[in-house]
Amino acid sequence: MTLLFYLAGAVAVIATIGVILQTNIVHALLYLILSLLAVAVIFYTLGAPLAAMLEAIVYAGAIMVLFLFVIMMLNLGQNTREQERDWLRAGGWLPPAFLAGVLLAQLLLVMSGVEGMSAAEQVGVMAVGTRLFGPYVLAVELASILLLAGLVSAYHLARQIRAEDE
Amino acid sequence: MFEYAVGSALSIASILLVVIVIAAMLIWVERRLLGFWQERLGPNRLGWFGILQVVADMIKIFTKEDWVPPFADRLSFVIAPAIIMVVVLMSFAVIPFAPNIGVIDSNIGVLFVLAMASLGAYSVMLGGLSSNNKYALLGSLRAAAQMVSYEVFMGISLLGVVVLAGSFNLREIVESQADGWYIVPQCVGFLIFLIAGVAESHRLPFDIPEAEQEICAGYHTEYSGMKFGMFFVGEYLGLVLISSLITVLFFGGWLGPALLPPIVWFALKAGFFIAFFILMRAALPRPRYDQLMSYGWLFLLPLSLVNLLATGAVVLAAQ
Repeated sequence: MTLLFYLAGAVAVIATIGVILQTNIVHALLYLILSLLAVAVIFYTLGAPLAAMLEAIVYAGAIMVLFLFVIMMLNLGQNTREQERDWLRAGGWLPPAFLAGVLLAQLLLVMSGVEGMSAAEQVGVMAVGTRLFGPYVLAVELASILLLAGLVSAYHLARQIRAEDE
Repeated sequence: MFEYAVGSALSIASILLVVIVIAAMLIWVERRLLGFWQERLGPNRLGWFGILQVVADMIKIFTKEDWVPPFADRLSFVIAPAIIMVVVLMSFAVIPFAPNIGVIDSNIGVLFVLAMASLGAYSVMLGGLSSNNKYALLGSLRAAAQMVSYEVFMGISLLGVVVLAGSFNLREIVESQADGWYIVPQCVGFLIFLIAGVAESHRLPFDIPEAEQEICAGYHTEYSGMKFGMFFVGEYLGLVLISSLITVLFFGGWLGPALLPPIVWFALKAGFFIAFFILMRAALPRPRYDQLMSYGWLFLLPLSLVNLLATGAVVLAAQ
């Protein structure tokens, strides 16, 4: 299980670097999907099978599909690849790399203090469900209202205006 | 000699082999059955009732030129057909075929199948996008919208069964049907799952992503040789998977009177649904794209939510 965790972690890190360095946007997206699936494996090894599957279904399976859908519609060609190459050549990656380095240092510090990174217990589907609809029910309802508002406004923006309405 | 149990190497190898052989055989089965329903013969020359036609087709598809168009995005073009094969075969890992036949007993089996189904959408999307072809792009746009939408109803229609069984484990779902199949309390869920299943495997009548009369061959217009063959066999694998899932979730899986072994019951039930899907292809015309989408969101989504709500209420009241 520990080996699997580190292996998946390595895949996630390398794939994420691939996302940043790729100039072809579709290839970058493929790396991002790979990275999300690796994170799903990490969740599984940490004892959260439900979170792992939701990561795969929601992030890798639904949100990334919509990203790809938008990229299909935009029809990005050679121009964006050259633009990406210019950006990568410039020193623009220095500030984010510094910030990421700070985070990495913090992470290493935290990890060195904690012993035993393996799964303590499995948090099953039932446990997550009862928590969500027990102590956290207010947060769930608020989130659903937010999503509903987003849905209604998207519908409003995308509706077709007929000639007789104007 | 060999231990034949869930998860043994022998079990995994034989499931993989049998599933792929069945998917390949379906190419012939479909053509013969369509011929039967359309009052013509179908391929009947090679071997017993033309069964060797499968071998002939395979030789043809393996020896054809496997061409990658120079204008295509090579990486995505090559991995797209592999994705559909891999995700569908992975889904078979959680299907319990019989008490001692299966790959894994996962507590998240249903979710695993849904995750794999949602990853399957990349196959058709990348295939169409990387081809750099107008028809392929149109086909994959349709495929993306169709698969993402119908995934939603597919997931919600399954939840009724999950609520009744109290488990995401497909084996436990089968075992909990010992005193009554879920087709009776979950007939609405079954119908929604059936429709969503056809849309997910984009078979006729919902083969809108590859509607050849409108958009050439849709997302696999530029594919040839075995790459096309993988899309083709992947579609049949999807058909076998959906039929197996219907059998497991709604028709008691391997359960049946003791006069036949469990795996035979499973094969009979799954085979019935495969034949039913082929009959649907022979009998129904293809809807328009916008009709398919509005039917899904305006009719199937509310219906599946009401079904889930009613099932939950009944289960709560019975407790």
